[in-house]
Amino acid sequence: MTEPVIKPVTESATDQTPFKAIPPCAGLLPLSIGALDLTEQPHAQMTLLIPWEGQETALSKALEKAHGVALPGVGQSTQSHATRALWFGHNQVLLTGPAPDPALADLAAVTDLSDAYACLRLEGAGADRVLARLTPLDLRDVSFRQGAVARTEIAHMAGALIREGEAAFGLMVYRSMAATLVHEVSDAMQSVTARAALGGE
Amino acid sequence: MRLTCPLCGARDRREFTYQGEAVALSRPDPDAGPEAWNTYLHLRENPAGWRDELWYHEQGCAAWLVVTRHTTTHEVRKVQLARDVAKAEGTA
Repeated sequence: MTEPVIKPVTESATDQTPFKAIPPCAGLLPLSIGALDLTEQPHAQMTLLIPWEGQETALSKALEKAHGVALPGVGQSTQSHATRALWFGHNQVLLTGPAPDPALADLAAVTDLSDAYACLRLEGAGADRVLARLTPLDLRDVSFRQGAVARTEIAHMAGALIREGEAAFGLMVYRSMAATLVHEVSDAMQSVTARAALGGE
Repeated sequence: MRLTCPLCGARDRREFTYQGEAVALSRPDPDAGPEAWNTYLHLRENPAGWRDELWYHEQGCAAWLVVTRHTTTHEVRKVQLARDVAKAEGTA
């Protein structure tokens, strides 16, 4: 038996790291059932911003200057190209896309959450009926418009819902619950598709 | 039972966690003496009527709320952000 050779970590060694990032839903998605598609969103950097006391306006200006998005209102999101700022709870905003401007740390608590969440997208006719089986929220167009964000429970898991289109929703739960979410959503997708085939809702 | 969160709107009770009477917002001074601290830690009113309570919107926006609830009818008269209440009382 030969002793394992431990090579010193050099810059070139870290470039060719044997570790690969595995998406939270690797091996589980994409999934298509009937008219419905469940996919994993492309991985993006996610940063939680909690403005210091009284710094909300200054943070909004700094965000707009650095990333082109203003601080979203309660239950809303702002977007500029691939950069999004999601209202993410009381006094909390999630910046997705770019690496945050270091200057933001003067105005807010800045926390990297890039690996914390599984981000899914449910799209297709009947997506709202799928979610109706998983969350008590009113997701009709009139009450949950394009760009709206809700922190709520999805199949009893704390998460976030984002309206991304007429029949498209973003779903977020903690990464550790990714497989459970895929299971729950795919069950609901099957149920909705089966009932539609029988001519029901 | 549903509570109307000032941020999220009307939500099911299952999104919230109940903490108890809203005494945490009026914490005594560190040197207020054992009587005041004993009262703060251990003594609670148990009224058949209106009471201010702390609820945590755990599965939602993660805000602490002060809910004014009637203990016999479960009627909810008012829901405020605990932060706003504490600011108004000068304790935050």
